[in-house]
Amino acid sequence: MIYSREWETMLREDLHQLQVERLQMTLNQVYRNVSLYKDLFDEQNIEITDIKSLDDLSRLPLTSKDDLKQSYPYKAFAVPLRDIVRIHSTSGTSGTPIVVGYTKNDLNIWSSLVGRVLSSVGIDSHSLVQIAFDYSQSTGGLGFHYGAEKLGASVIPASGEEVLKQIQIMRDYRSSALISTPGYALHIANVLEKQGIDPQELNLTIGLFGAEPWSEKLRSEIESRLKIKAFDNYGLTEIIGPGVAYECEHRCGLHVSEDHFIVEVIDPKTLEVLPEGEEGELVFTTVTKHAFPLIRYRTGDISKIIPGTCECGRTFRRIARISGRIDDMLIIDGNNIFPSQIEALLFEIEGVEPHFQIILTRVEGFTAIELKVEITPDFFSFDEIKRAEDFKHRIDHYLSTRLGLHAKITLIEPQSLGRTSGEKISRVVDLREE
Amino acid sequence: MLKIKNLEAGYDKLKVLKGISLHVNSGEIVTILGANGAGKSTLLNTIASLVKPTEGEVRFKGRNVQTARPDYMVTNGCALVPEGRQLFPAMTVRENLILGAYTLYGRRDKKIANEYLSEIYSMFPVLDARKSQLAGTLSGGEQQMVAIGRALMSGPDLLLMDEPSMGLAPIIVKTIFKAVLTLRARGKTILIVEQNARAVLEIADRGYVMETGMLVIEGDAGELLNNNDVKRAYLGRDYKEFTD
Repeated sequence: MIYSREWETMLREDLHQLQVERLQMTLNQVYRNVSLYKDLFDEQNIEITDIKSLDDLSRLPLTSKDDLKQSYPYKAFAVPLRDIVRIHSTSGTSGTPIVVGYTKNDLNIWSSLVGRVLSSVGIDSHSLVQIAFDYSQSTGGLGFHYGAEKLGASVIPASGEEVLKQIQIMRDYRSSALISTPGYALHIANVLEKQGIDPQELNLTIGLFGAEPWSEKLRSEIESRLKIKAFDNYGLTEIIGPGVAYECEHRCGLHVSEDHFIVEVIDPKTLEVLPEGEEGELVFTTVTKHAFPLIRYRTGDISKIIPGTCECGRTFRRIARISGRIDDMLIIDGNNIFPSQIEALLFEIEGVEPHFQIILTRVEGFTAIELKVEITPDFFSFDEIKRAEDFKHRIDHYLSTRLGLHAKITLIEPQSLGRTSGEKISRVVDLREE
Repeated sequence: MLKIKNLEAGYDKLKVLKGISLHVNSGEIVTILGANGAGKSTLLNTIASLVKPTEGEVRFKGRNVQTARPDYMVTNGCALVPEGRQLFPAMTVRENLILGAYTLYGRRDKKIANEYLSEIYSMFPVLDARKSQLAGTLSGGEQQMVAIGRALMSGPDLLLMDEPSMGLAPIIVKTIFKAVLTLRARGKTILIVEQNARAVLEIADRGYVMETGMLVIEGDAGELLNNNDVKRAYLGRDYKEFTD
């Protein structure tokens, strides 16, 4: 179902007018209220009044995670703190999180945007929605919760419950929709199997998954094992959270809520804007957010704009499902980790340049991490097993306390990791989709 | 109905509008809020073609009209209720109203004009009672009714209203804005410029906030009523009511 027909099916011509109006107002606001943007525009001699059409957008500077991190905690807010009613932040495993504020009105808009996502996959006021996302600093839990309530669905905030309890809720409360990471859905499927519960006995018909990239292969596996229809959706905490783009019943790409977000695809190397149909990095500009507006924000996610229109009647353009990252960021069960963070930790422990490899596999739906670390030759010459064990413990401790990661740690002999011709070790081996 | 892009206008070297983009859909009541000197009246005058824009585009009913003559706008269905009423005080109410029908001069047009006139009298019965009275002797509220009536005499689809609440007692403002709702119910589209944010947001569908020749906020009327920036800047002494 289409949640807000007036907007989701508006004429492209009217949409362009609206986007230009809202973009200009956003620019007027950020130039006045956010030094990050004022400085950027001034440095590059950009007159915001020269932005007269959507084509002019490309004259504005791109912004990135680093810009926002430098604004920690509140410097990128466009309104005073007294107008902020909610604060979320990115996981911040890389040290500095990005803090994102919302005004009352921002929350209202966000809930309606999530309402669009939920309606689009068939959730309505009769649905029982089980949300297994974390209700914490990340936006998944509360974002979906408010949107589902706005629709009038019955919401079961089930985050933090262990899987058997999740299954009990699902069976006894007759949940009809599950919102979680795709990995968690797979985990539930595994446990159901072990428990001998036939998914047909459940009322579950819809799965809405996100927060980590997942393949069509994984989609069909989840669908056949849970006997549901599984949908993708896209959102980032920095942009707003869930509600940026969503699949409809045709599942041929994700419609971007273009009345609130202007999407571009750029070549991550030349930074040029790419035409429709070409793959590159997604860049978003928010045009209705009051507290935390973003101008040409580089997401690092790889996708493309799908040309043509969708049969569902929505006029919003579609992006393809995320096919990867432009950087080496890993998304592990919804958390973002860079290999460089692991490198920094190992360096801190060992005091030398570490050679390591991260191997990711999927075990019962979750990501299993193995960290192989080459150790210096003297480790073996001393043959001090105790020292090696101690070393492993320290790595383990640091990983879990600093990055929240639980990994199997394997110490290996120097030079034993496979190196390519350039003497470079591939730091990540991702076998999750194999 | 109305689509404006990057509109710039001013007087001599003074640039008053610095790139305004906005739209008004058919059947909507849209308001533009802003303090004195923000450029609100200039914007309405530019739409009415009384001020020529230096840049930008005004599309009215799908046609580019930024270079049109003022009478083209009136004959094609866009009428202005100017700031401060601008009546002819030494003429009667009826004469003032008839002046608004200057685009209707044919024999058959006279009939239409008479129909409009009786519609206006039925909407504002007090004007019927005082139709022979000199406009200068009316109260502020009654004068505002005459000004609105005069604009309606050209049978507009889009009515531009420049601060209709100015200088009026709150109870009169209510009457005037109630009339605006009636007009919308009769199929008119209305763009109102106002400083009295609270009163106008009660009847408007959407609004824009204008500051020094630029638009800075847009939203549904309800959204704007709850926007703290709007509260601080334009709801003035009523601010307390909202915070308590």
